[in-house]
Amino acid sequence: MIDWLSPQEWMAVHLSLKVALTAMAASLVPGIVVALLLERGRFWGRQALDVIVHLPLVLPPVVVGYFLLLWFGKRGPIGALLNEYFGIVFSFRWTGAALACAIMGFPLLVRAIRLSIEAVDRKLEDAAGTLGANRVWVFLVVTLPLILPGIIAGMVLSFAKAMGEFGATITFVSNIPGETQTLPTAIYTFTQVPGGEGGALRLTVVSIVISVAALWVSEWMARRVRRRFLA
Amino acid sequence: MANVSIRDIKKSFGPVSIIKGVDVDIEDGEFVILVGPSGCGKSTLLRMIAGLEDITSGEIRIGPRVVNDVPPKDRDIAMVFQSYALYPHMTVAENMAFSLKLKGVPQAEQKKRVSDAATSLGLTPLLDRYPRQLSGGQRQRVAMGRAIVRDPQVFLFDEPLSNLDAKLRVAMRAEIKELHQRLKTTTIYVTHDQIEAMTMADKIVVMHDGVVEQIGAPLELYDRPANRFVAGFIGSPSMNFIDGHLDAGGLALPSGTVLPLQVRPALSSDNKLTYGIRPEHLELAAPGTAGAIPATVSVVEPTGADTTLIAKTEGGSVTAVLRERFHLKPGEAVALKPAIHKAHLFDSAGIRVSSN
Ligand SMILES: Nc1ncnc2c1ncn2[C@@H]1O[C@H](COP(=O)(O)OP(=O)(O)OP(=O)(O)O)[C@@H](O)[C@H]1O
Ligand SMILES: [Mg+2]
Repeated sequence: MIDWLSPQEWMAVHLSLKVALTAMAASLVPGIVVALLLERGRFWGRQALDVIVHLPLVLPPVVVGYFLLLWFGKRGPIGALLNEYFGIVFSFRWTGAALACAIMGFPLLVRAIRLSIEAVDRKLEDAAGTLGANRVWVFLVVTLPLILPGIIAGMVLSFAKAMGEFGATITFVSNIPGETQTLPTAIYTFTQVPGGEGGALRLTVVSIVISVAALWVSEWMARRVRRRFLA
Repeated sequence: MANVSIRDIKKSFGPVSIIKGVDVDIEDGEFVILVGPSGCGKSTLLRMIAGLEDITSGEIRIGPRVVNDVPPKDRDIAMVFQSYALYPHMTVAENMAFSLKLKGVPQAEQKKRVSDAATSLGLTPLLDRYPRQLSGGQRQRVAMGRAIVRDPQVFLFDEPLSNLDAKLRVAMRAEIKELHQRLKTTTIYVTHDQIEAMTMADKIVVMHDGVVEQIGAPLELYDRPANRFVAGFIGSPSMNFIDGHLDAGGLALPSGTVLPLQVRPALSSDNKLTYGIRPEHLELAAPGTAGAIPATVSVVEPTGADTTLIAKTEGGSVTAVLRERFHLKPGEAVALKPAIHKAHLFDSAGIRVSSN
């Protein structure tokens, strides 16, 4: 089984999983917060936030990647700050690939969570208030369990987007084997070199298997949650 | 337990004024029902008492404390919603223990209080079920149980029975009343069903279009409605209204029939009045009887206990509830004789001008 893929191919698979899981995990909490703000918030600039969050969905990925390069690159305004104060470097690192994937998947995550927040019966939250719960408790004990299926759906979308992200990643962090070469960029590389068809095909199969597995796991989790929590 | 005082409360949603200055005083331990047609602002008022809706102006006190700016959790109330608002991800026991858990009550005491409430509501065998596994009536009980377990100063109910079938509603009505007699917790109960209001309340607040039309004990509203709206809203079937004008012998209808009056009101310029008589205060009489309204039978509805007669008169359709069983045919000419001391008169503004 191990020999089925070459070391470079293994590296790409491993890196892709790492990048996608990191992107998904890192965007989870901000995703919930932004979804709550957009769905429930009454503040100046809500429209603007909505637009900004959705931009990656409508912009060409290469544009997003270039934007990241400009702002989060070593000499970019944010990139330089992060490097100086926290030692976090994005450019040409796998962390950069994760950032690109997280941003590209963010609108999908937020949309899925927003829909589930919209579906929550406000009376359930009102009742919790009258029964003595403060807002944090209402969220943790009532809202969060009710939107869990939406969160799971959003996480899967974010993960799937990350597994397939190409344009923003290659623009921002390039295509360095072992550091930033994920499944899509590796497949692309194989198709560009003579005799690379085997590698491209094998990685395609791996991609399909991972995607199907992700869908299946999410379905299974969502069903469990629904059975446990919801009518 | 606490009294609740509502002072000149107003509520607007944006430019739309929904509650237009409401004053109600609720005594400690009283069962007060807010009743009124759909959209009159009952739920909005109740939600303001609960703290779920901002107060545009005015003052609400629970006990000695002004609660305008107190969040719902600190008002020491418990609310039962029409949709029950049970947590689908919690069992019946967990739903009922919700407020105790928040308060950090020890596990053993939580268990005891939940099981006491469950016993009194007949929920003991259902404690481990989820709300989706319950019938509507059982869910309703769980919602009440959850409120009871909190042991609040004030219970707030928003149409808790309107999702139940007619028979269950009657049973729950009695049960809620019995519960109130046992717990004696101040209760504010919203309904649009005047029968619920009449049967359960110590005091009824009749609302219409964001204002209070009348406050009083059930029979007081029935016997002495302040105005035409209350007269028509309280009582079922509704009071009949017939327009006429004041004349020497009593109230004259356009065709010349004169209905005698017990008390003759001092009257204004045009002498135009509306005569109000409840269906149960009309008697069948022979056509042509003096002081009776000439009518033509249109529908006869025997209910067994009594007979509801709907008849056409010069003043429009009139309903009478008759004790005896009559064999009446549609189209038959009859006369309906009002019980003179039960009649009401309303002026052109709808205010009741005579007492019976
Ligand atoms: N959040 C809101 N924004 C705007 N208008 C509202 C809002 N909530 C209620 N209203 C309006 O306020 C009025 C009163 O509503 P409310 O729910 O208090 O009526 P109600 O007396 O409880 O009626 P029902 O018997 O149908 O429950 C209605 O006209 C309703 O459309
Ligand atoms: Mg209502």
